[in-house]
Amino acid sequence: MGQFDRFDVSRGFTMTGEPEHHHISALAAPHHHRAEIVFGLAAFILALFLATNIPAQTEWAKGVPFVKQPAFWPVVAITTMTIFGALELWFSWRRNRQASSDGTFAEIAVWLRAMEYVVWFMAYVWLVPLTGYLPTTLVFTAALTLRLGYRSAKIFLAALLTGAVTVIVFKSLLGVRIPGGAVYEYLPPALRNFMILYL
Amino acid sequence: MDVLLASVDILLRLDVIAALVIGSLGGVLIGAIPGVGPAIAIAILLPVTFALEPIVGLTLLLGIYGSAMFGGAIPAVLINTPGTPVNALTTYDGYPLTCKGEGARALSLAYGASFCGGVFSVICLMALAPFLAKVAPLFGSREIFLACLLGMILVVIAHRGQNMAAGALLSFGIFLQTIGLEPVRYSSRFTFGQTWLTSGIDLIVVVLGLFAISQAFVLLSGRDSDGATPKISGGLFRGLREVFRFPRVVLSAAGFGTIMGIIPGVGEFTAQFLSYTLAQKISPTPERFGHGAPEGVIASEGANNAVPAAAMIPLLALGIPGEALTAMMLSVFYVHNVIPGPTLFRDSMDFVLALYLCLLILNFLALAFLMIATKPLLKVIAIPNRFLGMAILTLSFVGVYSLRNSATDCVVAAVFGMLGLVLKRLNLPIVPIILGMVLGRIMEERFRTSLPRIQSPFDWIDRPIAGAIFAVIVFVLLIHVWTLLRERGAMKRTETAYD
Repeated sequence: MGQFDRFDVSRGFTMTGEPEHHHISALAAPHHHRAEIVFGLAAFILALFLATNIPAQTEWAKGVPFVKQPAFWPVVAITTMTIFGALELWFSWRRNRQASSDGTFAEIAVWLRAMEYVVWFMAYVWLVPLTGYLPTTLVFTAALTLRLGYRSAKIFLAALLTGAVTVIVFKSLLGVRIPGGAVYEYLPPALRNFMILYL
Repeated sequence: MDVLLASVDILLRLDVIAALVIGSLGGVLIGAIPGVGPAIAIAILLPVTFALEPIVGLTLLLGIYGSAMFGGAIPAVLINTPGTPVNALTTYDGYPLTCKGEGARALSLAYGASFCGGVFSVICLMALAPFLAKVAPLFGSREIFLACLLGMILVVIAHRGQNMAAGALLSFGIFLQTIGLEPVRYSSRFTFGQTWLTSGIDLIVVVLGLFAISQAFVLLSGRDSDGATPKISGGLFRGLREVFRFPRVVLSAAGFGTIMGIIPGVGEFTAQFLSYTLAQKISPTPERFGHGAPEGVIASEGANNAVPAAAMIPLLALGIPGEALTAMMLSVFYVHNVIPGPTLFRDSMDFVLALYLCLLILNFLALAFLMIATKPLLKVIAIPNRFLGMAILTLSFVGVYSLRNSATDCVVAAVFGMLGLVLKRLNLPIVPIILGMVLGRIMEERFRTSLPRIQSPFDWIDRPIAGAIFAVIVFVLLIHVWTLLRERGAMKRTETAYD
């Protein structure tokens, strides 16, 4: 095993021992995961689904050559996607047949666990127009920090600071378009206007 | 000379200078944080730059793009973790040097090589400008269509061992850009009766999902590293001088980076691969490669830092982005109704030269910043992964939501975030989706505008440049098939010998 026997997708290559000699080809042709077959299968099924929907989802003009049809480019894309998807599925299946260990379901479990953060993100999106950008961001960063298991005051302070700086830089200084929260309507007029415009 | 003075005049504006300094220094900082990288920063900042003037917005993004790889060498050398994906090769020789107590030397070798690569490619870019201004107008719709086709083929071929996945993802990208109203008859394509799909799927939303949100998900669902701040001892100037002891390695690295950067769809990895292999061949001590050879660090960093400036050539001259970051920048041009391509060189040469000068200056800024601030910068390496994930998710919201205050965009971005997470965990490439979307749109437009002049298939290649591009396409495909057959033959011979 070489120096790069574990590739951490979050931070790239991580060291698992003292440096040993390794070859550049390790970078040129990355390692295949067994769960790649799930990707191949999904790509192929999606391509077939899209292919069966071509007549219903595109318009065919009478008397117009195929290359000038509105459906021409979707047909090109879906056809190549079907071919490459089928080949990807075939090669993944062949690779998996030759490999010994299995980690497909464990990998799918990781994907499913990550769905939790989609819920966090969508809750944040849903709350901002209601409770306002600054308050929601401060609560979001603090709550997510808590969820991640951090308990030190330093990290919480850093999380709140990250949230506050994000709001101040993007909304207050750069003026990006993020609407004021519905709760701002209950504030005194002068403060309400300030909050809607800048926070 | 007048054009040069006009471009200097553009650069001397306070907002442009501020964008250049913030972009360059911010790029170094972002590059130094493993798990962030320029693609995420550019994706998040894209919607913000739409409110700025094109030169200001592009200067900011170019600063990040051109300087991130400087910073990415720091964790690659000191903790064996590349700051950006293209610094991975730097770990091969950089980290062994650190293990020998020569971290400062390895870092300064990386900085010096990055600087030489960056400056070399900008000089090439400037030298090529008059030639490009003459050649670019010769590219009509057919030539640009064929150049995009070449770019797509190269994207698939360049992903060695992943050709099928890259092809499927590229096709998926082409399909995505066809969703919505088609531009001639205004008929719906694949909207499934959903009104929100009528305007198509926004490239920025996909970019933010695939690059930024996916990385946030990856970091949040991963583990923190040990959090120790690496330390270096000794000065950084010694290695800078040492770079010039290997002029052939520096020049070949910068040359490969420049050439591979110009070719759409190829990019840093191929440039580094060729540069590293050549450096090993010409070295008197090839056995040191992988054990801490200074030429290895120079070959890797010189090549990867020469790519950004060179990648601007197809973007500015033909309007064809060669990789994901220039594809993102193309959207900044489009938003401001500045169409990169032959007319840009003819009508706005001062603007083009100003961008080149920005690229040149950012190399000096990044190097100066690193020589002063490397030691304080080491602290950012220790930021916990999951904390970074939280910060990226918070920032991604700004990018997606500020586009048009649409919760639907956020849902789409989150879906692409999940797709990006799956692809990253499987070591599959993301870039083909983005290039499929961008190049697919250009190809469809150019295909339509070419059709009235096409009577037979040979009309596609009956002009000199179109014919030359077609010949390159055939050559590239033949070489690829030959390589595959050779590899297969070698594999069979190995199996026979093993039996």
